[in-house]
Amino acid sequence: MPKTMFEKIWEAHEVKENLLYIDLHLVHEVTSPQAFEGLRMTGRKLRRPDKTVATADHNVPTDGTPVAAMIKDALSRKQVETLEQNAADFGVPVYSLGSETQGIVHVIGPELGLTQPGMTIVCGDSHTSTHGAFGALAFGIGTSEVEHVMATQTLVQNKPKTMRINYKGRLGEGVTSKDLILATIGKLGTSGMTGYVVEYAGEAIEALTMEQRMTICNMTIEGGGKAGMIAPDETTFEYMRGKPGVPEDFEAAVERWKQLPTEEGATFDTEVDIDATAISPMVTWGTTPGMVIQVTDPVPDPEKMDSPADKEAAERALQYMGLEAGTPMEEIRPERVFIGSCTNSRISDLREAAGAIKGRKVADSVRAMVVPGSALVKTQAEEEGLDKVFEEAGFEWRGAGCSMCLGMNPDILIEGERCASTSNRNFEGRQGKGGRTHLVSPTMATAAAIEGHFVDIRNWS
Amino acid sequence: MEPISTIEGEVAFLDRSDVDTDQIIPKQFLKRVERTGYGEFLFYDWMRDGEIELEPHPILVSGRNFGSGSSREHAVWALHQFGFQAVIAPSFSDIFYSNSTKNGFLPVALPEDVCREIATAGEAKIDLENQTVSWDGGEASFEIDGEIKRRLLGGLDDIALTLQTEDAIEAFEAGPGGTYGPVTTSL
Repeated sequence: MPKTMFEKIWEAHEVKENLLYIDLHLVHEVTSPQAFEGLRMTGRKLRRPDKTVATADHNVPTDGTPVAAMIKDALSRKQVETLEQNAADFGVPVYSLGSETQGIVHVIGPELGLTQPGMTIVCGDSHTSTHGAFGALAFGIGTSEVEHVMATQTLVQNKPKTMRINYKGRLGEGVTSKDLILATIGKLGTSGMTGYVVEYAGEAIEALTMEQRMTICNMTIEGGGKAGMIAPDETTFEYMRGKPGVPEDFEAAVERWKQLPTEEGATFDTEVDIDATAISPMVTWGTTPGMVIQVTDPVPDPEKMDSPADKEAAERALQYMGLEAGTPMEEIRPERVFIGSCTNSRISDLREAAGAIKGRKVADSVRAMVVPGSALVKTQAEEEGLDKVFEEAGFEWRGAGCSMCLGMNPDILIEGERCASTSNRNFEGRQGKGGRTHLVSPTMATAAAIEGHFVDIRNWS
Repeated sequence: MEPISTIEGEVAFLDRSDVDTDQIIPKQFLKRVERTGYGEFLFYDWMRDGEIELEPHPILVSGRNFGSGSSREHAVWALHQFGFQAVIAPSFSDIFYSNSTKNGFLPVALPEDVCREIATAGEAKIDLENQTVSWDGGEASFEIDGEIKRRLLGGLDDIALTLQTEDAIEAFEAGPGGTYGPVTTSL
């Protein structure tokens, strides 16, 4: 019987029924300390340090602070130092602040070649779905499960359902993979993928670069999906070739990876068709990623919503966001712009954003910052002179980390500030208490920084 | 973790959908390296502003897609340490649901109209063994995976259970399954 890619990976990793072997465990400072402590208290060892890697990302300042000991916030400093100590005690490689390979956990996995097709990958972070772009089964877990993986290199899992989303046609000019995933979540809702591993397929997906594919898989969790996946192909193999962690006999590995894609005739529990040609640049207007519209649309009217729950949620969201129904999105004026996060902080994101500047300046009303996803991305961008392009336009050029995606470090919004952000969550208070987040693509964020309001990137020269 | 059999008592009602874990425990409280001390910061921003009021009753009822967003288990710790023992909602995010069951905190999925009835009744009893919720004027059955139920009823430790099958893990690692992926320690 023909199999899906998910089924092949699942079956290859079943130690026994409902016990899944984990090939790579990514660890960061926020969700791991209690797990390491659990190992200590029970006298258990970390089973496979050679399948584990740690980095500091959520807490790290992006102001050039060189080492953990110099982090000013005492609690953040303790958390990063605890990670370093735990990694040393349990033999886990760690890329902490100051390492030339430090960065957001979901940026460094792929760039170091640790993320490979056919693998099972977990991390105590919901955006672990990012790694599915390589044809891996990758998902976020909680701290109890982090401890379970540390102790056993396995996870107790019930087999999830499968969904395939087939995108017909290609994305239009100026429309990005960020818009594709935002439009998909807008269509299916924030729990439309709950319980599913989602395979993204079709011409629009095949045409994307690896970094664009990662943006899509990254936001699978915002639609409730357990994991997102994209079949590995020549684009995948070319991206991986030469990366430090890839197999020595790369060509033999490629031949194995070519066996992974879903076979003709394999069945999914659910299939969804979406017309990629109809997708426009998207902007969120509310406080979930599902509250999203085309940049050419007005802010929606709660009165016109179908269910009482939707209407009430929309009313609350508009109040929080300080928006009025009917206002054209293009009239909305962010005071802050954030280009970064595990969704959009890779070198191609920065190239696209820098390329859109074309000698123009950030509007006087806007404070804009660019935060590379990793130290390697930062180095690469500086070699290409992107830092200068950003700085000459008036953007701040920062060090690598999660930064203003989640406000666990000094990069936060102040109450009432409105931000065009390339991150993944527009929840209340996500970027700082009372902060108002609009999720957009890197080019849309750049245009908003320069014009001082949202613009349709397709009509912006 | 503590075994669960029945959970009975007053119901707190948070009448909102898509309650995400950033709201349940805001990010500034994730810098702790302990498992305890989160209860007082539950729904910190909403509670501090007086936007919502919640009593630490045994049961919390809320709207669809409860616990969405970040995987932070701190959200479950905060709910549990505040005093809730169970949450009833029309649906949950996958990670939140899983995190709950690892902590002896019971997530119960029931249709939205049933959730509202329970909230209106103000008191309820959850019987895990029989998979029922009863309240003054009604009763409903809920679904739960048999293995998860067994572990919750027994307060069993997942890791200890898995380590009982360490032979199977070793056998798996000795086969082709043990060869996938990079060796992180050799980079």
